[in-house]
Amino acid sequence: MTSTENKYDTDTRTVTLRVNGREVTREVPTRLTLADFLRDDLDLVSVHLGCEHGVCGCCTVLLDGGSVRSCLMLAVQAVGHEVETVESLSADQNNLHPIQEAFAEEQGLQCGFCTPAMVLRTKEILADGQERSDDEVRDEISGILCRCTGYQNIINAVQNAGRKLRCGASGGCGTAGDEAKGA
Amino acid sequence: MKPPKFMYCDPDSVEEAVALKSRYGHDSLVLAGGQSLMPMLNMRLANPDVLIDINRVAALQQITRDGDVLEVGAGVRQSVLESDPAVAAAVPLLGLAIPFIGHIENRHRGTVGGSIAHADAAAELPCAAVTLDATVVLHGTAGRREVAARDFFEGFMTNCCAPDELVVAVRFPVTPAASGSAFVEHARRQGDFALAASAAVVALDAERRFTSVAVGVAGIAATPVRATVVQDALIGQAATAENIAAAAAAIGDTVSSADDMHATGAYRRHLAVTVVKRAITAAVENAAAVERNGS
Repeated sequence: MTSTENKYDTDTRTVTLRVNGREVTREVPTRLTLADFLRDDLDLVSVHLGCEHGVCGCCTVLLDGGSVRSCLMLAVQAVGHEVETVESLSADQNNLHPIQEAFAEEQGLQCGFCTPAMVLRTKEILADGQERSDDEVRDEISGILCRCTGYQNIINAVQNAGRKLRCGASGGCGTAGDEAKGA
Repeated sequence: MKPPKFMYCDPDSVEEAVALKSRYGHDSLVLAGGQSLMPMLNMRLANPDVLIDINRVAALQQITRDGDVLEVGAGVRQSVLESDPAVAAAVPLLGLAIPFIGHIENRHRGTVGGSIAHADAAAELPCAAVTLDATVVLHGTAGRREVAARDFFEGFMTNCCAPDELVVAVRFPVTPAASGSAFVEHARRQGDFALAASAAVVALDAERRFTSVAVGVAGIAATPVRATVVQDALIGQAATAENIAAAAAAIGDTVSSADDMHATGAYRRHLAVTVVKRAITAAVENAAAVERNGS
């Protein structure tokens, strides 16, 4: 046995990472996926497992702000990184994030299975503050499958959320005068 | 659908990764971005005794300009390469090809070296590497060696890496400023694997005759291929729609794929001709645009 073998000859590891703004430390099997770690160890059940091989996109989370499929990562690979799930967006139902409000207003969810992934992806998409056409949104959310095929309302929700984030809670930028009043 | 048990190794240097590869050889697999390997582990199609995760090797994550060569570390994420303005300026084809790789969720994790080493015949980066005459840098127990991309790919999902070797970088020649680049792909849906894809880099003289033509095609054979027959037919010719269409038609004869679940052989031949024609046409337009804006 060499030192190298000893170093890696273990089925579990202690991992420390930041999840939804808080530092967490757990001992996990090295073969545990990040998706299962978030769901089973941290009880963040917004992380939905659909296909578990990177096709459906329902397990999408933000890793250091960028969307990734959490079923295609090991929990041990997230050490030292920042993970964000939908649970971080609002404390309760009366305090929804503007993106969540937009999905509710536009009925951008049907069965809700893909919704957490869509909401997180929307957060990443809208980070640049730009307006988007239907086609652009369609392209940008194409990594997540909605099995209800409710795409048009999801596209409306992304655009509505963009208006809310750019222009405040009302979502109506209105005229230059309105903006001045709001400011 | 959970990964099997394996010994998980996460070295932080190339030397240690190579030592692990050397020790475990065919019993080990290298985990880079994981966008192809993790699905295979989850579905138990891959069952390695040892998994060597190279994501902690900082030395593999550099992009460096070395004279007329852009050297991209194997661990560089595809989305980093996609949005880096220095890369777009040095090798425009990369910025044009990478958006076709899966979805952004894949490109945030997927790496340049992983895609090259995986050697999928329909993949975008191997096609770009062959088109650009890139060099793949390997590191083994005997040290570093460089292999031309066209020799690196040996067959379906097969590369020329020895069991103790690791892909550590890809060296892309910087594209001459007065060239046009284009990447065209046909897939059933955005983000799917290409049924056929083509990359083209061309340069024209003042009379709009081709002075250089590089065309690569993916998805039509066991490896990405250079469309040499098309290139030879166009050199010195005027960049007209008729000449491009006539030259592109020849690629249909080199398509080796039979019917499969995605497309018939005949349809693939048709697609190969179409994507080659479109890629050259778009590259010519880009070359003209560069000329108008640039010099």
